[in-house]
Amino acid sequence: MKDLGKYFIFLGNLFVNRESFRTYYRLTVEECILIGINSIMLFALVSTFMGAVTTVQTAFNLIAPYIPKYVISQVVREMAVLELAPTIMAIIYAGKVGSSMAGNLGTMRITEQVDALEVMGINSISYLVLPKVVASLLMYPLLVILSIVCALAGGYIVAYFASYITPTDYIYGLRYAFNPFTITFALTKSVVFAFLVSTISSFKGYNTQGGALEVGQSSTQAVTSSVIAILIADYLLAQLLLGA
Amino acid sequence: MIELQNISKSFGDRKILNNISGTFVKGKPNLIIGASGTGKSVLLKCIVEILEPDEGSVLYDRRNFTEGDKDLKVEIRREIGMLFQGGALFDSKTVEENVKFPLDMLAKLPRDEKYDRVNLCLNRVGLQNANNKMPSELSGGMKKRVGIARAIVNNPKYLFCDEPNSGLDPQTSILIDDLIADITYDYGTTTIVVTHDMNSVMGIGENIMFLYKGDKLWEGNKDEIVRSGVKELDDFVFANKVMIAMRDK
Repeated sequence: MKDLGKYFIFLGNLFVNRESFRTYYRLTVEECILIGINSIMLFALVSTFMGAVTTVQTAFNLIAPYIPKYVISQVVREMAVLELAPTIMAIIYAGKVGSSMAGNLGTMRITEQVDALEVMGINSISYLVLPKVVASLLMYPLLVILSIVCALAGGYIVAYFASYITPTDYIYGLRYAFNPFTITFALTKSVVFAFLVSTISSFKGYNTQGGALEVGQSSTQAVTSSVIAILIADYLLAQLLLGA
Repeated sequence: MIELQNISKSFGDRKILNNISGTFVKGKPNLIIGASGTGKSVLLKCIVEILEPDEGSVLYDRRNFTEGDKDLKVEIRREIGMLFQGGALFDSKTVEENVKFPLDMLAKLPRDEKYDRVNLCLNRVGLQNANNKMPSELSGGMKKRVGIARAIVNNPKYLFCDEPNSGLDPQTSILIDDLIADITYDYGTTTIVVTHDMNSVMGIGENIMFLYKGDKLWEGNKDEIVRSGVKELDDFVFANKVMIAMRDK
């Protein structure tokens, strides 16, 4: 509970004694490159294989002859949009970006770089963390969209090269009974998860005390706490937005 | 001038600083000395309020920093330059960007003037050609010198140095000490140096405060320190053979 209180105070400090818009703009662009551009390859690769494997496994399970083949791609679509792209990728995002944020801030803390900012009268939380949070909120939803596209493309590649489903059926299934709200739901989740990963990881990193060992521990804690928060938020959002 | 009024600080049950008072004068290097773990760095951090003292006040030219409002704190902080033990250079920035950083954040100067100031400060610390180097490419002494350049680039009224000689060879240590002393005399800054290096004490110690287990035991200058009559200080001062030989002469 004490940590939760500290976390909310930390969030409050993001918005006090801020620097100029120009400063944040420059830092946010730098963070967008670090967070977003540098994650594209990983996201594309993981999502493509996830889509391909989901297609194969769904086809393996749908053996009844009266179930039309296009149901396979319908299942792939729903899984990719509702869960695989926003949630599973959020866990990967926490592992890659969250641990990097915590490690970066933790190193700055133990090498007194954070103190150097404070001595200059700069709100170090706002200066260091706010650009990371904004960049995360901007980039993660885009990465989720990329992930959805790659997952569906992965399924199509399987449809094209294997014999589970024809490419025509696959495309038909993707378009069949499509509910656009699922995209809204996925993007809502992506914004919430981006906020949770960036703020929790930054909080853990910023409050590192000790040496190199503790920086490593902070990174691990950042990933663990982010993943737990993602799973809880995932259930709550599903219940709130999709529940009866 | 910086005045400390009854500064105390504890971490949990451990009392680190016990009712420390004293005055640090303008235009002279002021030293806080003592063995490791006596609370020197904690006192320095309390003075610049990286750590908040449990009791007592710090006055910067009669302005109460500890009890001041947010605007006063920001105003005073912007008059402070600090050299950290490890340099605390920003890893992702070049030497030039590190030194320019306080100007970018705190001063409203034309671009050219900023670069002139940066080059002037790098010249002052003897690093004319290091502008584009990254901190990872610098030696310990060079990092300290860049740290000094960053600390003085904004013409601070108050300069703080936390163990400026730690991890440096004797020659570089003397160079850093002389640099700090010259800056203090030339710009009339109120400088506080935390150190346990007796070479620094005997070289630049104009006004010295000795801490022992969180208490201030003695205050004086480098000429008085060898005949203080305080046992704990004598143990500290005459811990090395050079000082013992000097005393025996």
